[in-house]
Amino acid sequence: MKEITILSGKGGTGKTTITAALASLANNAVLCDNDVDAADLHLILQPKIEEEHVYAGAWQAKIDSDKCIKCNVCISNCRFDAIKLNQDNYPEVGPFQCEGCRLCERICPTGAITSEQSKNNHWYVSSTRFGTMVQAKMGPGEENSGKLVSTVRKKAKEIAQKINADFIINDGPPGIGCSTISALSGTNLVVLVTEPSKSGFFDAKRLVELAQSFGIPIMGVINKSDINLEMTQEISHFFESQNIPTLAKIPFNKDVVKAMIEAKTVVEYDKDSEIARCITDIWNKIQEKNILVKS
Amino acid sequence: MSYKIAVASGKGGTGKTTVAVSIYKLLAESLNVKVGLVDCDVEEPNDIIFFPEAENEGAEVVLQDIPNIDVEKCTFCRKCAEYCEFNAIVVLPSARFAEVNSSLCHSCGACLVACENNAITENKLPIGKVTDFRTKVGHGLLEGKLKVGSAMQTLLIKELKKRVADDCDIVIYDAPPGTSCSVVETTIDADYILLVTEPTPFGLHDLKLTVALMNELGKDFGIIVNKAGLGNDEIYRYINENRIELIGEIPFVSSFASNYAQGNLTENTPQEITNSLNSILSKLQLRILVNERDNHTQR
Repeated sequence: MKEITILSGKGGTGKTTITAALASLANNAVLCDNDVDAADLHLILQPKIEEEHVYAGAWQAKIDSDKCIKCNVCISNCRFDAIKLNQDNYPEVGPFQCEGCRLCERICPTGAITSEQSKNNHWYVSSTRFGTMVQAKMGPGEENSGKLVSTVRKKAKEIAQKINADFIINDGPPGIGCSTISALSGTNLVVLVTEPSKSGFFDAKRLVELAQSFGIPIMGVINKSDINLEMTQEISHFFESQNIPTLAKIPFNKDVVKAMIEAKTVVEYDKDSEIARCITDIWNKIQEKNILVKS
Repeated sequence: MSYKIAVASGKGGTGKTTVAVSIYKLLAESLNVKVGLVDCDVEEPNDIIFFPEAENEGAEVVLQDIPNIDVEKCTFCRKCAEYCEFNAIVVLPSARFAEVNSSLCHSCGACLVACENNAITENKLPIGKVTDFRTKVGHGLLEGKLKVGSAMQTLLIKELKKRVADDCDIVIYDAPPGTSCSVVETTIDADYILLVTEPTPFGLHDLKLTVALMNELGKDFGIIVNKAGLGNDEIYRYINENRIELIGEIPFVSSFASNYAQGNLTENTPQEITNSLNSILSKLQLRILVNERDNHTQR
């Protein structure tokens, strides 16, 4: 079983569109949405939810003013400036500033502080027309999205092992921070989807550096390749210099949005289109590559 | 006090940077005030690409306090590991091993309080840097850039904001995509949020998540629909039904997309784009004036 993760650095380059299309080509894969704070893959795959789970998120402190003696030890020890005096001069925790370290709870001399875990995050196991899917829905503004990514990936792996799946296809988050690091660690292949803009190139380079530091093989896709042909060439050269094979150059196509509106993958929308051909080609190359690399 | 505008979106690639950079330039040119731009998308800071003439005025490395356990003094009691809510400390008494995993550590200081043997001290570790750029128009660009491999993007944003010049009249924050803690950190002290979206199912879905976050934060916000004409009308129905202010629409024009690709947002801009940006500008100016008037009457 091989785990493939679609990443980009920059947002909006086409990760989800390509992930969904690959899902429709794979015969025996588990699908997993690693973009937990703005998950979109379900909009195309229309999963039927089979299991719903609450993911206990970060702790949040609360101060009981009846027990509080206003010693303000909590304020001086909080490194996140999350505790401030309220109008009645009692310390109060700012819910969005609190990181959930629980130090205040431990040092409060009167036991006035308790913590509760956020129950705003959920994750789901669903069935789709292309197989089982695992996804999450994070509550707005939640901490620890990296841990939620690890949770959905772990579940996807469990299912893949149970049903003897050949692949897990992960739709990754943008950026290179904690969610991306959680999405990267331990995956077998990164499919880097970029676009020929200076921003796309700049962000892709940072992602390449991160993936290489994890020792994970990368394959590149240049999406919307005709928006700037010079940039496309520059990115191709860069990929070559890093021994990253370019799987495809996909021209810009307004049908991508039309397919999205119909909740279809671009392959389902028009299997004879150039983009469908490109993605079929990508899938064939990934499979070849994975036969060569034994885990 | 400066007036702070954050440019955010749930979905990536909707045009946050395009909007942030454009209104920075337009506000600086049209108002006789100091306007600052702050790139809070520290994982992938792209604003600088659109200021090829910018001069680097100096950079500062941002450090995080990471605890270090002295195994000579450590009794391997595991109290620090129990205190650590982020699973960043591994203590193996049988192997006389105690170590902090810096990529999980939040620098909360709990382990230092936990340790009864003074075995823990803190070292400074770089998580990124803040660079000050002088730009041709405007008061300058302050950029946060996360070190590749660091997971501390939210801490870096907090540190970046501490370094924003306090003499700015207007500050524009370019936010990261998503709806998690880094977006909260960027928008928490903003007076007004511009949510940039696109008229597609993905754009609408992620917009709804961002609107939920803004409501939870109690923020005043308006919407800019970018790439207008590309998808369908669902987004407008949502905006109308929820009585959210539509600040403007930027049409999808492929030559503008191509300019953006080359790092150009000012030259050879198609007329329809200029018109829509100007209309957004005048709405923002009005907002800023109303805010000033309210501040005066409060005094």
